[in-house]
Amino acid sequence: MNVLQIARITFLEARWRKILWAVILLGLAFLLVFSTGFYFMWRDVTRSGLASAVSVLEPVNFFLLAGMYGIAFLGVALALLISVDTLAGEITSGTIQTLVTKPLRRWEVVAGKWLGLAVMLTAFIVLMCAALMGIIWIIGDYVPRNPVPAVLLIVLEGLIVLTLSILGGTRLGSLANGVVVFMLYGLAFIAGWIEQIGALLRNEAAINIGIVVSLLMPSEAMWRRAAYLLQPPAMSAFGMEATPFGASSAPSPLMVAYAAGYVAVMLLLAIRLFTTRDL
Amino acid sequence: MLIETARLRKEYGELVAVQDLDLSVTEGEVFGFLGPNGAGKTTTVKMLLGLVKPSGGLASVLGRPPGTPEAMRRIGFLPEHFRFPPWLTARDFLDMHARLYGMTAEARRERIPALLDRVGLGGRGRSKLGEYSKGMQQRVGLAQALLNRPALVFLDEPTSGLDPVGRYEVREIIRELRGEGVTVFLNSHYLSEVEVTCDRVAIVKGGRLMRVGTLAELTQGANEVEIEARGLDGETLAGLARWGEVTADAETPVGTRKVTLQMTGDDALPQIAAYVVGRGAQLYALTPQRPSLEELFMRVMAEERA
Ligand SMILES: Nc1ncnc2c1ncn2[C@@H]1O[C@H](COP(=O)(O)OP(=O)(O)OP(=O)(O)O)[C@@H](O)[C@H]1O
Ligand SMILES: [Mg+2]
Repeated sequence: MNVLQIARITFLEARWRKILWAVILLGLAFLLVFSTGFYFMWRDVTRSGLASAVSVLEPVNFFLLAGMYGIAFLGVALALLISVDTLAGEITSGTIQTLVTKPLRRWEVVAGKWLGLAVMLTAFIVLMCAALMGIIWIIGDYVPRNPVPAVLLIVLEGLIVLTLSILGGTRLGSLANGVVVFMLYGLAFIAGWIEQIGALLRNEAAINIGIVVSLLMPSEAMWRRAAYLLQPPAMSAFGMEATPFGASSAPSPLMVAYAAGYVAVMLLLAIRLFTTRDL
Repeated sequence: MLIETARLRKEYGELVAVQDLDLSVTEGEVFGFLGPNGAGKTTTVKMLLGLVKPSGGLASVLGRPPGTPEAMRRIGFLPEHFRFPPWLTARDFLDMHARLYGMTAEARRERIPALLDRVGLGGRGRSKLGEYSKGMQQRVGLAQALLNRPALVFLDEPTSGLDPVGRYEVREIIRELRGEGVTVFLNSHYLSEVEVTCDRVAIVKGGRLMRVGTLAELTQGANEVEIEARGLDGETLAGLARWGEVTADAETPVGTRKVTLQMTGDDALPQIAAYVVGRGAQLYALTPQRPSLEELFMRVMAEERA
């Protein structure tokens, strides 16, 4: 009950701070730019006959992946921005003292904030992905394979970042927390590339670096599995999967389970660190 | 006992912020917790609220360990430092906190405007907290501390940043709370404020409890007496030494002599009067001086340095 109350406050706070409106407007702008660009480019591609020539590769899929990648990145940025200040900022301002001296338990504060932000983030990613796939379907008459699991993976990627930044906020200041989480994300991104290229070159060391970093920060791995699920099987057959947005070495379902567990453990750790600290 | 601590202690590394504090606060009293900057007042309150984990010792508040929801339901708290969310209006802010107490919509509708009136913000409930002055924020904080009609209120320097009217109003609120049987734990270093509002006072210094008692208890004893007389000769003066040390001796412009005698307790006053008169002096005044809270405070502050 208290968890829901805190989640509600967290949500209202985003509204009061006009974050909600900013996100809605920028999301619409993203979709507008994407659909306009896609419309004109796709017209050229179909006119030139290129599309039918390589139809087995489903060229429209490239646009889909690019758009989805954009949403995944926005999701990560949003996850970080809405959560980086949530505990850290309230600890600094002292507001947290009036909150945790209410008749509730500290774990409820962390869980409630996580829940409120997670719902917002999930809504954002799901709606954006749905809109993007709708645009592709209307203009390009194309529906990707496995849309639902792919979207869920992108949500999971956002939740990883969100949970890490809530965890950081229990002990770090806002700025330090933002820097640490974003660096981790960047690290995972680079390691993902090293692993991709390593897979193409059959380089064991590169692949292992990628795997180790994915275990430390599984965000990028979720995107790569999402991309793998979205792209046509013919891509892999042609060995052309290492486009900027595609995936050649796809993380296994086990990795997805690991990432889900990772989120749970980080959240529990955040609760633990928050309940044991002085305020 | 509403609050009881035994050897309550908090260390920050080398620094001992609160040292083996034994305190008890009874129901219905206004308890003043006095001390200089850094004495450990805020740290103590935070331990009593479960915000800070003690390094040692025991504390019970409303018969429960600090910070348990059952106790917090009946506790109000005004923190020392806070900057409330600037994008919220006072009403929304109070509404948010009232919900956390589980107050119904009806209760909130009735309670919040009444409280805003009580802290002198009646007309400003719809302004954003970011537009409030420091003193107005302080008042909102106070309203927040009273939302749940608490049985026990912790006020950490409630009048900091308030204008004289605001200070007076806070004193009035504390008086009203006492009238309602609410126990108030008041952290302050405004001695005059404590003097007029508190039933009992504790003085802390460097994390240690130096004095505790009612104002009358604390300020009695260790008196000095001022003797004003004409015709006090040296021999008479020397004879006063049996009651205490003479610390001041001066001629007044009207030709009398004013002598200050350090002594403990009031018991010897009649004997001193009889002695002075018996020695043939004309006694104009014999005035026992009770130390003010300020003098007591200063004396306590000086104690350990010596
Ligand atoms: N989080 C902390 N980390 C380290 N030391 C601390 C911390 N909080 C308080 N202290 C130290 O503990 C001591 C007591 O601090 P406290 O805030 O309780 O004093 P106070 O009596 O409330 O003072 P003031 O009148 O200035 O508000 C101080 O020496 C302070 O430096
Ligand atoms: Mg203080």
